[in-house]
Amino acid sequence: MSVDTTVRTVVTGVGVAAPNGMGTEAYWAATLAGRSGIAPTTRYDASGYPLQLAGEVPDFEPEQHIPSRLIPQTDHGTRLSLYAADEALRDSTLDPGQLDPYGMGVATASSMGGFEFGQRELQNLWSKGGRFVSAYQSFAWFYAVNTGQISIRHGLRGSSNTVVTDAAGGLDAVGNARRQIRKGTTAMLTGGVDGALCPLGYAGQYSSGALSTAGDADRAFLPFADDAPGQVPGEGGAFLVLEDAASARRRGARSYGEIAGYAATFDPGPLPPGQEGTGLVRAIRRALRDAGTAAEDVDVVFADAAGVPDLDRAESRALAEVFGPGGVPVTAPKSMTGRLFAGGASLDLATALLALRDGTIPHTANVSRPGSGHPIDLVTGEPREADLRRALVVARGRGGFNAAAVVRRDA
Amino acid sequence: MSDANATVTGVTELTVEDLTRIMRESAGEDESVDLSGDILDSDFTELGYDSLALLETAGRISRDYGVELSDDDLDGIATPREFLTAVNRTLTAAA
Repeated sequence: MSVDTTVRTVVTGVGVAAPNGMGTEAYWAATLAGRSGIAPTTRYDASGYPLQLAGEVPDFEPEQHIPSRLIPQTDHGTRLSLYAADEALRDSTLDPGQLDPYGMGVATASSMGGFEFGQRELQNLWSKGGRFVSAYQSFAWFYAVNTGQISIRHGLRGSSNTVVTDAAGGLDAVGNARRQIRKGTTAMLTGGVDGALCPLGYAGQYSSGALSTAGDADRAFLPFADDAPGQVPGEGGAFLVLEDAASARRRGARSYGEIAGYAATFDPGPLPPGQEGTGLVRAIRRALRDAGTAAEDVDVVFADAAGVPDLDRAESRALAEVFGPGGVPVTAPKSMTGRLFAGGASLDLATALLALRDGTIPHTANVSRPGSGHPIDLVTGEPREADLRRALVVARGRGGFNAAAVVRRDA
Repeated sequence: MSDANATVTGVTELTVEDLTRIMRESAGEDESVDLSGDILDSDFTELGYDSLALLETAGRISRDYGVELSDDDLDGIATPREFLTAVNRTLTAAA
């Protein structure tokens, strides 16, 4: 089926599971109040590990949100995904049962998969034997499982997929969803709710060399600061209901805004000094062109905000190259959640839409000013009010993934 | 094998109550189904259980009662009565 690039797509539903708030409005209120969800790890005994902090989604009781039949067969991350997908669908007021049977699909992003479940079953295998491994291990660990479980739960039989591009995935999934709608699907449930806060997940994350080892929760993840000590892993993210703008209008749906532009690029390996960020510049420029938006018309940038000095410098230089030094407000509310892997950029997209709605840029917590070598107007200290029409969300994934998306408020 | 997973020995008959309890624990329970009713001849799919749920339940029974339930033993089984017959045949043979 051909792709009709004149088809506009709008976000009609948002569902959030974040370390500083369960549910969209709880998260948004916490973010504007500067409340961080980074705290000592409780999901496993982290005392023997270099980092004992994480961004855990608090107070999540699976039995309150997840049907009994799904409890034995789901990883914690899948349960969070099902919660956020439910919320996004409810928020959209869209009834998938009213659509063509293949009218709605699911496009999610994942970085690892159901690792907590997988670790438990691997431990059963090696300590007790194969008979003690759950039959549900066959899919519960799998990185595509969230797409499958959401699809089954809500009967979403349309074209569906999963992307694995580390932290760029939160945008790549949405770009993918927009493409499906432009090929004729009416609506997509899309985004990422991710995380693997367990020793097996931690081992994979630790190999990046990017994890913080700081002990103070307020000083452990400081994007763009001179003394940025690295990353704190977290869990959660956001799902969006993305809809063909024409059909959303027909049913009188409220729109948070349009996914107006999207682009992805790939860095083919370690880049020579001075060239880091060139792939990111290309992704941003292509996303702007895709949106038909000039750089000066972007009102705020939600940064990837790695929290690692070299990566932060590459990003701030890329932003300065596109927008001019200090040319646009830049913020990193993920300073209050930690890095949510594939969930992070989806949560940033949701946050950008809420910022457009309320005319408020949430601030970067715990960072008083950008460090030297960061020619950016970083929003710090408190939220900044502004008339916001267009926001850019930037994301990078380990291994060379770059993605950028432009969201536009409805006129 | 750890003590916490010690098998139950000497059991020669699994009741429908045992089966219901094990299914609830290993595969959950569909909110729209009343498992406490007369379910012996209900189809597992009507009870909200798919083939994987049966596989998980069979695995759990194999572990807890120290019997072998092969895929062949479960082939074609559609109701709790058929399931119990297959399990109890194996239990009796093992006793």
